[in-house]
Amino acid sequence: MKVTFPHMGNTYIVAKALLDDAGVDYIIPPYNNKRALEIGTKIAPEMACLPLKINLGNYIQAYEKGADTILTTGGRGPCRFGYYCEMSREILNDNGFNMDVITLEVPQDGFTELLKRIRKVAGSLNAFKILKIIKNTTIVAKRVDELERLTYKIRPREIRKGSTDKIYNEFQKKVRDVKGSSQILKLVEVTKSRLLRLEIDKDYKPLRVGIVGEIYTTIDPFSNFYIESILGNMGIEVDRTNTVSGWIIEHMLKAIVPFKKDIRYKEAAKPYLGTMIGGHAQETVGNTVLYAKGGYDGVVQIYPLTCMPEIVAESILPAIERDYNIPILTLIIDEMTGEAGYLTRIEAFVDLLKRRRERAEIEQNFALSGN
Amino acid sequence: MNTTKVGIPRALFYYQYYPIWKTFFEELGVEIVLSDHTTKSIMDDGSKTCIDEACLPIKIFHGHVMSIKDKVDYLFIPRFTSVSKKEYVCPKFGGLPDMVRHTLKDLPPVIDTEVNLRKSGKNALKAAYEVGGFFTKDRNKIKRAYKKALESYREFREKVKKGVLPCDILDKKLRKVKKYDVPNLNIAVIGHGYNLYDRYANMNLLDKLIDMGATIITVDMVDGETIKKHVKVLPKRLFWNFGRKAVGSSLHFLERDDIDGIIYLMAFGCGIDAFISDLIERKIRRNKDIPFIVLNLDEHSGEAGMDTRLEAFIDMIRWRYGNEGNVSAYG
Ligand code: SF4
Ligand code: SF4
Repeated sequence: MKVTFPHMGNTYIVAKALLDDAGVDYIIPPYNNKRALEIGTKIAPEMACLPLKINLGNYIQAYEKGADTILTTGGRGPCRFGYYCEMSREILNDNGFNMDVITLEVPQDGFTELLKRIRKVAGSLNAFKILKIIKNTTIVAKRVDELERLTYKIRPREIRKGSTDKIYNEFQKKVRDVKGSSQILKLVEVTKSRLLRLEIDKDYKPLRVGIVGEIYTTIDPFSNFYIESILGNMGIEVDRTNTVSGWIIEHMLKAIVPFKKDIRYKEAAKPYLGTMIGGHAQETVGNTVLYAKGGYDGVVQIYPLTCMPEIVAESILPAIERDYNIPILTLIIDEMTGEAGYLTRIEAFVDLLKRRRERAEIEQNFALSGN
Repeated sequence: MNTTKVGIPRALFYYQYYPIWKTFFEELGVEIVLSDHTTKSIMDDGSKTCIDEACLPIKIFHGHVMSIKDKVDYLFIPRFTSVSKKEYVCPKFGGLPDMVRHTLKDLPPVIDTEVNLRKSGKNALKAAYEVGGFFTKDRNKIKRAYKKALESYREFREKVKKGVLPCDILDKKLRKVKKYDVPNLNIAVIGHGYNLYDRYANMNLLDKLIDMGATIITVDMVDGETIKKHVKVLPKRLFWNFGRKAVGSSLHFLERDDIDGIIYLMAFGCGIDAFISDLIERKIRRNKDIPFIVLNLDEHSGEAGMDTRLEAFIDMIRWRYGNEGNVSAYG
């Protein structure tokens, strides 16, 4: 058995830690790329959401390299993600790719079935060992997220443009060659100190932009054309609440070990979207409010075309834009999205934010001068 | 004394639950203002106001709200999170009142009671108390109204299960049984009720089929037990109420030998249709050689194009029978 799994930003690092520690034979699909998307687009339903299309491309590219078993997570709705596993199974099957799909979720048959599935992949590991692996994997997820967050701060402040990207890209290349959670954690530490040693402009006050939206397209740089890096290199500090560790806890670990989740966004969303409707709509709405309250200069919402929960969120965002006087840009992604037009929209948005800040500064000076 | 007026948009779950709502409000002495059947201007108003990305049915819903909002004291837009155990409707139904409220201005108060039967069917009565509470403090009266409403719904469902189209019941339309000089065909049409029974949105699909000598069988006509039996073959439970019913019914249609063709009617931008139509198509193509087409509805669908496809579809079925010389299904 050779296992593979779908990409989503840095998830592969966490999956790698998990599978290395468990001693499972696996293949990481080639990092998200144009061809993966093309393959997926060809065999997925036309109106399927983008992540499913890229996932399918990942599976087939991994199959070409010898993978025969797909490891993925599930869900119980209401969003389509919960049925990705079944769709993939059917589509791959009809297209002649003989792959087994194992879904790590608590299925309707309960825990025993989940354990059975884990054993199928991990062999005869005992429960104690499994728990230890899960614990270490969670730590990896958190550290990798922290590293990413550090780049958000350094990038806009770096003196030599491009130095953050360079170090971060090197990290992503090297991480494929190290083995297991402990080595990965070491590499994270090394990268972190390299980033911290970069020369930065300490007095620079960057504009701040919050990124919200559907989880895959916000987390995965290939899908969002590396928006965090684009904004950072334009001198903007970004923040993003959707994270790989958050996702892993939500989708896989919550059922096994208790976790406390930060649910401030729920309170914040209440006046606009009263309930959980699936996907990350409530997070999108709530975090937009939190960013506005936290003094951010703007918010960017990203989601794949036809994404149901984010469409609901998008129709609510203008109200927050009005109530809090904060500019919001919505970027919708599908396989037809052209990079040039996309960049133009981001640049225009950043210009708008810059002008707003200048105006605010002028007004402030005016007020201070006492006239 | 003027009675209180509650506005109900003739869209989305109207086609599934109106008999409940009608009896319930009438029993409480509330006057219902129902929007008209969908028209071009209702659809256009909705599309212009709603965000572009929304699916057609949601846009149409917005158009209906706009057409009645100034004539009523309340708008009835419940939040349908779930209408069945362990199942959901669609994220957009869950967020519908919020979408409407933040898209349209100057709305009367919205009755946005949540209907969530995911954990227990008993929550329906809870929702009824909440809705009724807008009009009376008398809980017994609400309970009586709710019981009667359920009775109306049961009658409605019985008729549908016997093969009467929900739109015909809702519009009190009696169809004359016409004689055709060609054999009758049984055509199964799969799709959300609001796509199937909104004549304007689907450009009269059902009437056209009937005029071509077809008897229509929809998902609503298949009974719950039959669906339950058939979806058991799925490796993972479908958590959308519509999706489960659609797949279960399709498998059932495949087993019957009196179904001459299957049409999947999907709405542009519907995330659930995107998956369900694909799943169903795969099951059909794998299992049986039965004529199947997918028709797509959007604001810009041309009627001529759809007519051509429909006619070709029906002709193809008739031609097959002609060739085989065994016309199976005389109406
Ligand atoms: S959240 Fe959006 S993109 Fe993700 S599965 Fe749901 S509909 Fe698809
Ligand atoms: S089920 Fe489909 S058509 Fe209905 S509201 Fe949801 S996305 Fe729109």
